[in-house]
Amino acid sequence: MQFDVIFEPAILKLFWQGILVSLQLLCISVSIGGLISIPMAIMRVSSNRWISTPVWLYTYVMRGTPMLIQVYLIYYGVAQLDIVQNNWDTVALFKPFKDALFCCVLAFTLNTCAYTTEMLAGAIRDTNHGELEAAKAMGMTPWQAMRRIILPSALRRTLPAYSNEVIMMLHGTSLASTVPALMDITNAARSVYSDYYLPFEAFITAGVIYLTLTFTLVGLFKLAEHRWLAYLQPRKA
Amino acid sequence: MEEYLFNILKGSVLTLEVALGSLAVSVVLGLLGATAKLSPSKPLNWLAGIYSTVIRGIPDLVLMLLIFYGGQIFLNKGLESVGYTDYVEINPFVAGVLTIGFIYGAYMTETFRGAIMAIPKGQMEAGSAFGMSSLRVFFRITVPQMIRLALPSFTNNWLVLIKATALVSILGLPDMTMLAKQAAAAGRGITPLAPMLFFLFTGVIYLAITTVSLVVLKQLDKKYSMGVRRGEF
Repeated sequence: MQFDVIFEPAILKLFWQGILVSLQLLCISVSIGGLISIPMAIMRVSSNRWISTPVWLYTYVMRGTPMLIQVYLIYYGVAQLDIVQNNWDTVALFKPFKDALFCCVLAFTLNTCAYTTEMLAGAIRDTNHGELEAAKAMGMTPWQAMRRIILPSALRRTLPAYSNEVIMMLHGTSLASTVPALMDITNAARSVYSDYYLPFEAFITAGVIYLTLTFTLVGLFKLAEHRWLAYLQPRKA
Repeated sequence: MEEYLFNILKGSVLTLEVALGSLAVSVVLGLLGATAKLSPSKPLNWLAGIYSTVIRGIPDLVLMLLIFYGGQIFLNKGLESVGYTDYVEINPFVAGVLTIGFIYGAYMTETFRGAIMAIPKGQMEAGSAFGMSSLRVFFRITVPQMIRLALPSFTNNWLVLIKATALVSILGLPDMTMLAKQAAAAGRGITPLAPMLFFLFTGVIYLAITTVSLVVLKQLDKKYSMGVRRGEF
């Protein structure tokens, strides 16, 4: 084992930049995907079929296909279309596709949004029936009940499942390494592997970094649950 | 163009082979892991705990690269030390199956552990009171009920596993995803829409596989839940 190679300043810097890229990918896609998932979840539980079916179809397709295919579809499929490539300096809509980071973020966002929508929709459906009746009895309109009663409680109850999703997304960002231009943690390890032919050292380092990030996220979500889900904790003897 | 599509369709056989092969590996590892985690022996608990935590904390892709590239060197160094000097290439199919099986074994460990814990302990005790050996108790009493309790989580793991097989394309195994990527590169000369078409086609096949799996597993769930009363609303 030659772990001293990993601790050379140039390599350490490579991994540090990889961490920044991975976290950037994670933060952008999870926050945008999370925000979009709220209206989507409300549409998903709608009793109007014309509203709920498109959302169901979207989540079904996104959750039924590998994220790698989704990344390839956007990076190699959409971003390399001639119409997009010829016009991306002039048409504002096509411009972001020039950036590999954007292509990955778009794929990741669409993916995490689908999973989060289903989780949140499940939590909304599980809302205690008595709470809804009470809201109605107080004279709240459906929208008021949604905003004041259902969403605040559903968002909290999604938290444990959502922490899993965020960790899955952290691991999913490693797929960004299949796009050659992006130097995330995995790609940093791959370049160390190919430059020095040290697979154990390179990938174990990447693994340790991911493991540390995972445990940090788990800890942060524990804190969040403590803050917002304290009322559902099992009673301590 | 049609040839490429047909080729991708043929690649789905390999995808299914990898998926089913690694499912078998992961179920065996999951059963071993779950029994180790629930056994009274402390070292076994520790070992299984480290296995299921570390593996689930690292992305599949990184683990695959580590095991595939690292395993190659490890194997050759090991063979060299016993005096065998020829370079041995690991078969990527075997490597892929073992790697994915090893990773999802960690998820199965948690699935089976939860299911075993949900079976009332008195039933196992009753089994041994009847004079069954612990192995017999395991196969006669634990396993049949465990299947029902583990099925929902098992279904989830299987769906994730199927999609994870797309990663073996990165190790150079000609599965559906890799064939689609090659077809996309080749087809770009014919029409710029080719990459999109091929990846969409691949996505549809994956979707078909997950849909069929869902239907089949739902039937199994019905079969194994016979005689169980669920809460009614």
